[in-house]
Amino acid sequence: MSILELSALELGKKIRKKEISAVEAAEAVLKQIKEKEPVIHAYVTVDEEGALKRAEKVQAMIEDGTLANPLAGVPVAVKDNLCTKGLLTTCSSHILYNFVPAYTAQAVENLERAGAVIIGKTNMDEFAMGSTTETSAFGVTRNPWNPDHVPGGSSGGSCAAVAADECFYALGSDTGGSIRQPSSFCGVTGIKPTYGTVSRYGLIAYGSSLDQIGPIGKNVSDCAAVLETIASYDKKDSTSVPRKDLHFTEALADDVKGMKIGIPRDYLGEGLDEEVKAAVLKAAKVLEEKGAIVEEFDLSLTEYAIPAYYVIASAEASSNLSRFDGVKYGLRAKEYEGLHQMYKRSRSEGFGPEVKRRIMLGSFVLSSGYYDAYYLKALRTKALIKQAFDKAFQQYDVILGPAAPSTAPRLGESLGDPLKMYLGDIYTVSVNLAGLPAMTVPCGRDSKGLPIGLQLMGDCFEEKKIIRAAYAWEQTGEGR
Amino acid sequence: MSRQYETVIGLEVHVELATKTKIFCGCSTEFGGEPNTHTCPVCTGMPGSLPVLNKQVVEYALAVGLAANCEINQYCKFDRKNYFYPDNPQNYQISQLYLPICHDGWVEIETGAGKKRIGIHEIHMEEDAGKLIHDEWEDCSLVDYNRSGVPLIEIVSEPDMRNAEEVIAYLDKLRMMIQYLGASDCKLQEGSMRADVNLSVREVGSDAFGTRTEMKNLNSFKAIARAIEGERKRQIERIEEGKKVIQETRRWDDNKESSYAMRSKEDAQDYRYFPDPDLMPVVISHEWIERVRSRQPELQPEKMERYEKEFQIPEYDAKILTSSKHMADVFEETAALCGRPKEASNWLMVETMRLLKEKEQDPEDIAFSPENLAKLIRLVDKGTINRTVAKTVFEEIFIHDVDPEQYVEEKGLRMVSDEGALQKTIEEIIAANPQSVEDYRSGKEKAMGYLVGQTMRAMKGKADPGLVNKIVKELLTKQ
Amino acid sequence: MANMISNETIEYVGILAKLELSDEEKEEAKRDMGRMLDYIDKLNELDTEGVEPMSHVFSMNNVFREDAVVNGDDRENILANAPEQKDGAFKVPGTMEQG
Repeated sequence: MSILELSALELGKKIRKKEISAVEAAEAVLKQIKEKEPVIHAYVTVDEEGALKRAEKVQAMIEDGTLANPLAGVPVAVKDNLCTKGLLTTCSSHILYNFVPAYTAQAVENLERAGAVIIGKTNMDEFAMGSTTETSAFGVTRNPWNPDHVPGGSSGGSCAAVAADECFYALGSDTGGSIRQPSSFCGVTGIKPTYGTVSRYGLIAYGSSLDQIGPIGKNVSDCAAVLETIASYDKKDSTSVPRKDLHFTEALADDVKGMKIGIPRDYLGEGLDEEVKAAVLKAAKVLEEKGAIVEEFDLSLTEYAIPAYYVIASAEASSNLSRFDGVKYGLRAKEYEGLHQMYKRSRSEGFGPEVKRRIMLGSFVLSSGYYDAYYLKALRTKALIKQAFDKAFQQYDVILGPAAPSTAPRLGESLGDPLKMYLGDIYTVSVNLAGLPAMTVPCGRDSKGLPIGLQLMGDCFEEKKIIRAAYAWEQTGEGR
Repeated sequence: MSRQYETVIGLEVHVELATKTKIFCGCSTEFGGEPNTHTCPVCTGMPGSLPVLNKQVVEYALAVGLAANCEINQYCKFDRKNYFYPDNPQNYQISQLYLPICHDGWVEIETGAGKKRIGIHEIHMEEDAGKLIHDEWEDCSLVDYNRSGVPLIEIVSEPDMRNAEEVIAYLDKLRMMIQYLGASDCKLQEGSMRADVNLSVREVGSDAFGTRTEMKNLNSFKAIARAIEGERKRQIERIEEGKKVIQETRRWDDNKESSYAMRSKEDAQDYRYFPDPDLMPVVISHEWIERVRSRQPELQPEKMERYEKEFQIPEYDAKILTSSKHMADVFEETAALCGRPKEASNWLMVETMRLLKEKEQDPEDIAFSPENLAKLIRLVDKGTINRTVAKTVFEEIFIHDVDPEQYVEEKGLRMVSDEGALQKTIEEIIAANPQSVEDYRSGKEKAMGYLVGQTMRAMKGKADPGLVNKIVKELLTKQ
Repeated sequence: MANMISNETIEYVGILAKLELSDEEKEEAKRDMGRMLDYIDKLNELDTEGVEPMSHVFSMNNVFREDAVVNGDDRENILANAPEQKDGAFKVPGTMEQG
């Protein structure tokens, strides 16, 4: 059995048992990267030298007994919007083409403390704005299942890297589905935790009130273990929530007896691909057979989530991205006259079309005379959506549905019509508006052989319930 | 007949709070320092950095709000004010627009026209910007973020002031109040207190406000007074010429004594405020408010009243003494050490004020220790030195904070009260000044003063003046 | 399209967002923003009367730091990415306003 076929936890175990060394693991991944990258292009930066050095150091610590974490020595890929000290961090944007952070994101630091070996930084939609990883300034990432298709986005690089065995697990970020949708397209597992569970310190912000960092892995157990490692209460992040129970791996039990699972009818309606629908409903059926109580219900307001999401995310993004101005870091235009032209040229040359589109929209909805009509209206809608979920979770432990209306589209199909692309987020954005935890697990493939993802959503702080449901499903082996 | 105009003025006063660290990060607020040596990812707007609120900022803002009789917003939030400028590293300033911490208060001022209340519209918390150093040679600017993120409160008054005198009185009142609270040192010259003046004019008797302008860059009380006069005239001239006053921000150039508009095509003045998603709301309980209230120190009006009652110090003197928290502290400590409040008051009111004026300093700059002034007062009381000598010793205390006991010994300044020695000197002086003796005897009492003065001079000022007087008189009448 | 975005609006938003768009980009931006706003107008179907705007999902408050200095001089790191610097400061085009 090749090293690459192991899950992160399996590899970690073998490393602890000294059956495989951390250096061997890193070398195996680096070799795979060399083979796969010319086609897949999951990485913006591969830190070969740093990874090998780090693997040696981690190995030494394992040997002298100072490190015994389940993930020690296991190679990880990190989305390129997470700051890594001394390692290029671009957000897949030309405006940060040369940015080397002076500090490391808290989530990554937590991983490093557990002995993780960072292999490199993964490609993404520019500033996490997109659903295909095609808006990256550094080229598209291809879907390992079929390179003519997109891997999804924005964490497309992370998901493709996991799917192509170019790492053992990865970190992604999810503002409107950016972990769950590409996980679905790439046939991997990903968790978007409850807002405030993983520190955002060092995550280059897109929509601050929606952004969460989460794990992407080969299976549910790996994701639970990684989430357990990266989650922490962080005093540097005012939105960080002190939580009592972060032992997510405790939920890895093959038992859904009596679990109440609701399927929103709104998630099965028009626009949903029939093959996706069939696969999702089949998974629900299997869970029912395993003892869960499954029923359909009306969640309501689903159609309002996308407009509310795009107002809020764009407004926050327009402000968050104003710091990229050619003064302190990143790109400064070569030719300009005076300060304001320097700003305009640097930003116009540095940002791609999708980022500009959202910055413009965000600036507009906040501008004088429109704030109430758009921004406050969206925040009120958000409150109603949250209420609808609160109501639903009085009834159900878990809400089940698709992660995306279809499987991965072909490259080049999506960008032509931005609005259509935004509509693809229909099943994912509500979760971010309501701050909920949600995850995607593979639930079969369509007739083209492309993976389909099953989305499980939980009430705030109820990651364990969705992890348990996902684990029980995974154990049936029917998702592959 | 020319029309009569009334000036309407409101102030936006920014005060840098006396916290040890910045409002949203653990960087020092210390003044000075090489450029960018008091910075971190947060206050330089590094990607991925996040703000965390300094609790002390809320405490200070509350203290000022309560002292200014404000209502407290028990649920307050921070908003982002979006605009591009290099001194603002995130290109948004974290401030408070929708729910500022304090609102609807007032302070009382006193001018030649009597007492008057000036309304406080609101007080909000925000972060200061960095500093731009203009490099004329290279036509570039250099950005230093050491001040970026230093906590500010902005105190917005109602348009209740009508002339420069009221404005100065209001600023003085705020300055004194905030210094007493220990919330800031409020130095206009150093920028820890800054005032923007909103001014409009209207015809006397009109209820409607005229179009106002906002004046920035006012670095001293004098500049503020000049800017008010200049802007008032400019607006009246425009109106008289049939032109409109344009609502705009103007920058005052105190050297040219004129202002110019800070308009730019690139400056849309549309700040797109929205609640900062990175910061949680601040909820201020009744208990918290009461805790701050109970900790409020004695403020100037109460202190003044107490000085009058407790120390029988005249109202005028009590007002001067308490006009600066620092001077009041020096006074109280001195009085406590020597048990002579009136003496302590006199030294501060007369000699200290004279020397401050001479050296163009403020009461804040008083650098001598109360111990040394107290010792000096005791030396005079005990008759170790006379008042004339005491004045020269005090100058040494004022400048070098010398120990007067030591200084008097070293310089041999003890008072001479040896009657025999004095008598001899006076006899010599009388003998040398027959004309004065003549004058005295013919009824010119003043002549005696001259002889006393000559004696003091001969004794290098160290003689006991009472004794000198007595002996001179005796000798003059005896002969 | 119900929302017709004017040239002036696009110019204005360009000033706010500090973006310089080519004529072609402006046309695209007008079209995209108009379509997006039409779609966003869907929110008007919802009765949100009396609903408090929700900024934060959780009602946490009073997240504070103590007033203690924890950062030292980190200038070298802070300036490391500066496109231009001089004398320990970030260098930018002249900002002196004209009178």
